[in-house]
Amino acid sequence: MAKKADETFTPTGKVYKSTTLPKPTRKKHTTLGLKDEDLMPVFRNMYLQRRFEERAAQMYQKGKFGGFLHLYIGQEAVSASTVHVLNDDDDIISAYRVHGLALARGTSPNACMAELYGKKTGCSKGKGGSMHFFDVERHFWGGHAIVGAHIPLGAGLAMANKYKKNGRIAICFFGDGAVDQGSLNETFNMAQLWKLPVVFVVENNGYSMGTSVERHSAGQLHKRGEAYGMKNGVANGMDFLSMVESLKDVVEEVRETSEPYFMEVKTYRYRGHSMSDPQNYRTKDELEEFRSFDPIERLKDYILKEKIQTQKEIDEVIEEVDQEVLDAIDFAEKSDAPDDHELFEDIYVQEDFPFHK
Amino acid sequence: MSEKQFREAIREAMVEEMRKDDTIILMGEEVAEYNGAYKVSQNMLDEFGGKRVIDTPISELGFSGIGVGAAMNGLRPIIEFMTFNFAVVGMDQIINNAAKIRYMSGGQLKIPIVFRGPNASAGQLGATHSVAFESLYAHIPGLKVVYASEPYDAKGLLKTAIRDDDPVIFLESEQMYGLKQEIPDEEYTIPFGKGKIKREGDDVTIVAHGKMYHVAKKAAEELAKDGVEAEIIDPRSMKPFDFEMVIESIKKTNRCVIVDESHPFAGMAAEIGFIIQRDAFDYLDAPVQRVTVPDAPAPFAKNLFDLWLPDAKQVIDAVNTVTYRN
Ligand SMILES: Cc1ncc(C[n+]2csc(CCOP(=O)(O)OP(=O)(O)O)c2C)c(N)n1
Ligand SMILES: [Mg+2]
Repeated sequence: MAKKADETFTPTGKVYKSTTLPKPTRKKHTTLGLKDEDLMPVFRNMYLQRRFEERAAQMYQKGKFGGFLHLYIGQEAVSASTVHVLNDDDDIISAYRVHGLALARGTSPNACMAELYGKKTGCSKGKGGSMHFFDVERHFWGGHAIVGAHIPLGAGLAMANKYKKNGRIAICFFGDGAVDQGSLNETFNMAQLWKLPVVFVVENNGYSMGTSVERHSAGQLHKRGEAYGMKNGVANGMDFLSMVESLKDVVEEVRETSEPYFMEVKTYRYRGHSMSDPQNYRTKDELEEFRSFDPIERLKDYILKEKIQTQKEIDEVIEEVDQEVLDAIDFAEKSDAPDDHELFEDIYVQEDFPFHK
Repeated sequence: MSEKQFREAIREAMVEEMRKDDTIILMGEEVAEYNGAYKVSQNMLDEFGGKRVIDTPISELGFSGIGVGAAMNGLRPIIEFMTFNFAVVGMDQIINNAAKIRYMSGGQLKIPIVFRGPNASAGQLGATHSVAFESLYAHIPGLKVVYASEPYDAKGLLKTAIRDDDPVIFLESEQMYGLKQEIPDEEYTIPFGKGKIKREGDDVTIVAHGKMYHVAKKAAEELAKDGVEAEIIDPRSMKPFDFEMVIESIKKTNRCVIVDESHPFAGMAAEIGFIIQRDAFDYLDAPVQRVTVPDAPAPFAKNLFDLWLPDAKQVIDAVNTVTYRN
């Protein structure tokens, strides 16, 4: 055996550059099928996702609510482009870093904030918390906190759509860490074999908690599709227009052919894994580099450059969103906690067995 | 003696054993470079290097099974689960392979492996992150199950676990890692199957393990103010279980309350309760009571979660029931 081979298993001792972005698209929004008036709502929503989480983090630090809090900040272009490209009745499912996607899908900031606070007005009646946002009415199937466990569920949503011939497709998001789970590999095989209309999207933000992708995954992530003959590709998740460009064709094709697709979206989270993360695993330089192409700033600059809206109009929207988020906090704080009997609702309970004596 | 945190006690047990036996390795998510999600394995990568302290991908099924295979072939792996909620993904390897291969092979091989990490709830983390697994694992022949409540016990029991030639499930708690206790500087081990009377009393026996020991302790302190002296037994290992110590105590107190963070149906408390009714029937002055989480998953909302998790008040209520003070 080569000498080097017996020194270690997982490579250690070095901060790697965690992820490299493909070049952003140079196409104009109009070329990508977007009208001028489409852009401001997108900007507004991305800013809402950002502001919601900044405020949520403040409230968490003030001790207003408990549990885990994983922030999506930096990845907003992914959620915004997804809901833009999909039909409203296509099915979305994701992991636990999920506030952004819910807000993008149209779950109200009030219902989201109330869920963080564990109030009965929350999108999961306060029973799920930050990691378990559900809004099934809007075809938003959760918020799942066991890494990789919802990948089969995404395929299952697609299976039911195919069975019912309803024309809907499913899109299933997960982190780079989830790619290493067996569930992904089993699901990919069946999704391809059964030709399920599902887009699998790995949001490769460079890290699984404190472990860079190169330290946890062999080979390129999107290539995992190849072994199953699944079409796959890479997209720039830090740029809304690039994401639209990549997703549009994929979504169309999946709907058309009923074959799955695996997209690796290269993105970055600006905050720690959760609220308690010293982040020693990455360099300040890397963080700064990715901050320099913040997806929200980028879209704002584009809107200004293309003279779609003025700075003043943008400022007004920002102010409006700031207020909306403050109102959501107010709503959450004033909402009632779930009633005690909720503990035994939404779950089977044997009525005549004295479990609780 | 020196004061040690729970996490330090566990770390010392691993480090001391690893220094003596180079077939012992530690692997799990974030155990090496990140120094452990809960800092249990702090500095262990520095001391032992990446060959023996190994970061794994989020592949619980894979690394549990790789651990079992390595154990079959001469290593003594310690597998850290970030929490036991995630071990569920690897349960096939634990329940079908680790627990059964020695038996199925007619004893041709042994599986000296420790699966360790935090168990049960740790605040409002939601339904999938809050399950107490001791009853489930104890149900499976071939597994030994330990759930310590204090640093002293944890260190001695973990050393025993690492030296054991059978698979051991070693349960901890995020909420206990910071707990401090004086522990001996010199080497010691604690055998499995030996409980400990952690508080003496004549009026009622409270059996409580792991995090629930601390709930029982708080209840006992309150009860003492009312003149009720509880005897608290911490069984320390769930399997093997020190039935004798419990029975002997009940012969003195004639009453028993079991506190267990598992769900009630077919849980540890049910098993202990059965043995008590069979072996101490004539000594009981009241039916045995148990305090557990209810037969419902953990809710997120704070008010519901507080309702869900056993607390000292519930233990006091149960004691009042068995002492007919309600
Ligand atoms: C099965 C399982 N193992 C471990 C964990 C603990 N955990 C939660 S998030 C996480 C990292 C996941 O990283 P990634 O998939 O890249 O998603 P990101 O946090 O970057 O969004 C880990 C290890 C878990 N929730 N589930
Ligand atoms: Mg990641």
